[in-house]
Amino acid sequence: MAIALVDGIVVEFDERENLNGIQLARRAGVEIPHYCWHPGLSVVASCRMCLVEIGFRNAVTGEVRLLPKLVAACNTPAQDGLVLVTQSAKVQQARAMVQEDLLLRHPVDCPICDKAGECLLQDYYYRYGHRQRRAPWGPFTSRRKDIGEKITLFVDRCIMCSRCVRFTREISGTAELMIVDRGNHQEIDIFPGFPINNKLSGNVVDLCPVGALGDKEFLYKQRVWYLTSHPSVCVQCATGCSIWVDENQDRIWRLRPRENPFVNKWWMCNDGRYAYPYVHSPQRLVGARRKAPDGWCDLDWSSLVEELRQFLEQKERLAAVVSPFLTVEEAYLLCRAIRQVDPRAPLVLGDVPQVGEDERFPGGFAIAREKCPNRRGVEEVIAHFIGRVPPVEELPELVRRHGAQAVWLSGEYPQGWAKLEWLPALAELGVALIVHDLFPSALCDRAEFVVGAPAFAEKAGSYVNRHDRLQSVPAAIRPPKGVFPAGRLLWRLLGQEGTYEPASVLQEVARNISYFRAALGTIPPVGVDLKVNLLAVAENGTVNDLGTESLMIG
Amino acid sequence: MSQPGTKKIRWVNETPLSPIERTYIPLVVQGLATTIRHLFSKKITVQFPEERYQPPDPIIYRGVHRLNRDEKGRVKCVACFLCSTACPARCIDIEAGESPWPDREKYPVRFTIDMLRCIFCGMCEEACPVNAIELTSLYDLSGKSREEMVFDKNKLLLIYDWTKDAEPPLERLIAAVGTREVPGGQSPPEAPEETWPPADAAAFDRVAERAAEARLSPPGT
Repeated sequence: MAIALVDGIVVEFDERENLNGIQLARRAGVEIPHYCWHPGLSVVASCRMCLVEIGFRNAVTGEVRLLPKLVAACNTPAQDGLVLVTQSAKVQQARAMVQEDLLLRHPVDCPICDKAGECLLQDYYYRYGHRQRRAPWGPFTSRRKDIGEKITLFVDRCIMCSRCVRFTREISGTAELMIVDRGNHQEIDIFPGFPINNKLSGNVVDLCPVGALGDKEFLYKQRVWYLTSHPSVCVQCATGCSIWVDENQDRIWRLRPRENPFVNKWWMCNDGRYAYPYVHSPQRLVGARRKAPDGWCDLDWSSLVEELRQFLEQKERLAAVVSPFLTVEEAYLLCRAIRQVDPRAPLVLGDVPQVGEDERFPGGFAIAREKCPNRRGVEEVIAHFIGRVPPVEELPELVRRHGAQAVWLSGEYPQGWAKLEWLPALAELGVALIVHDLFPSALCDRAEFVVGAPAFAEKAGSYVNRHDRLQSVPAAIRPPKGVFPAGRLLWRLLGQEGTYEPASVLQEVARNISYFRAALGTIPPVGVDLKVNLLAVAENGTVNDLGTESLMIG
Repeated sequence: MSQPGTKKIRWVNETPLSPIERTYIPLVVQGLATTIRHLFSKKITVQFPEERYQPPDPIIYRGVHRLNRDEKGRVKCVACFLCSTACPARCIDIEAGESPWPDREKYPVRFTIDMLRCIFCGMCEEACPVNAIELTSLYDLSGKSREEMVFDKNKLLLIYDWTKDAEPPLERLIAAVGTREVPGGQSPPEAPEETWPPADAAAFDRVAERAAEARLSPPGT
């Protein structure tokens, strides 16, 4: 172990960790302000905000010798005997001067800037800036450039940290952004006719430490201080990115990546980022209804559970389609509820949507071709009950062989069911359908029961991604009126006492199914790897640089 | 902290009443004197609505809100949500959008104030970075329904049109501090008494100075 001193605090670290001065200081609980450095990108040391005094301690004599000039902490590798001084008058003066320089050309149009409230320039000015502005006030406007389908650039707000430029070169590998001109005339720009439309482009908005890059989907919709962030998991593909769901009064306004070194690092793709509007679609199925001789009869939630239970017990022979959009807990409870009535009921895995091929990016980020979040988890649950995992195409055959009278269909596909070729064959058998789904489909017309299902942010539970990493997340918003979280419905259907607690159901799953054994105990925010049966622990120094950084200095 | 028993506390006993005081006549006379004095002094109430109360200082009076217009007659508000953030009654509801004008970036598509919820504290006026929302001296607001009492953008702009001459926006007052000229070309002495600013030039100075004190220091310093 090597030892360094940060403001007199002794920090022990391993030189193989490749820390820099900023990360080293974080270990000591000292925040070094920075704009251009980001843990996921290369180091350019161009913003000069992280300037500190450095020196070296003679191991024999204990004498500390400081360098005469200030040095960028982001570009200083942590090494044995390193001494950082981050609070001296010299450092504070340098920071204040950097802040003053950045604000010379900044329009200070915070009232109309979407970044206000989570802006590093604001935060650092209050913390490290001069008390008084000496420069004259410029006009309250910023030139605006349209640089992509989703992204807009406010040229004058930019502080030239070049995070976005490095992102497009190193992570997305598309290199659309560049810096044109020199000195005071520097600007971020695209080559004419080549807009930034890659699938990771939304990340540059999160990366931007000021409000220069704006998200057209989110522009002017909300002020960030109205939003509450909830940890969640993206359900748009099998990668299962960790995300923040930012909501205000049960309405999702944006999704942001949540740092997870084992899944998505600091990034997420546009497919996931901009997919949430379906949650608030007016077409969604809400409430529950049962087929009556003259149309539909609406059921309220208190009678639904009893009606469903009586119906299932009356039909005796059952089958179920378990959707890969269900959480592990819901899939387990569904299988248990069906098997409680009919111990030999066939269970099949719902349609697994596949689109194109996996998309890989130079930075290591990958979008999976499998567009569902929990195929692995549901497969293992089904395998636990029936020993194998039949695909949904086998459903008519299994229903006929078993003589099932009723089939429980769970859907929850954001884009609706992709394939329903098996439906005519199933309809010929004359079985009753119980449809638990997000959107109306051809299934609803033939159904006996139609029950509205919650969308991903409306339910708590666990998802297992394609690399067998299980992540447990809470619900971010309440479901719309008339929609019951699926877990609670199944919990009541099973006749269980008390309230539905996903965490305790997961513990039951982990005890009963060996695949989930690693999920015993508490699940860390980064999830657990079910393959190695070991609790994965986040590395110490990796603090979320997108979401919590501005909170850290607050 | 002083506590019973420490030297800082002086314990005082109630003084016993003298024999005359014990008749309570002096106290009754004292009380009646207050009543009679108020009977014959100048009345501070007015016979509303036949007679209307004139706020002595309309600039600082906190009545119905208005949304100011900019020099081109467009709504001045930039939809920054600071008023609704500052509002303790949560009565301001804004929907922002991209402005249709090339020289402006953001503007309020919808701007409503629920006057039934509003407590007229004036925090919105204080929070506004562009002096777009101001409280006027209109105080008699009534409506036939709750919906009517939710003022939308057009209504608030209309209130500006009604009151802008009698109560000029603060920025114009500030601009007038140096010249002592009333915005709009009228000079104080000729102005009729019921219009703003009052004929008393000293009163105008007083308000203008206070306005200048409050507004001239740049934000963020």
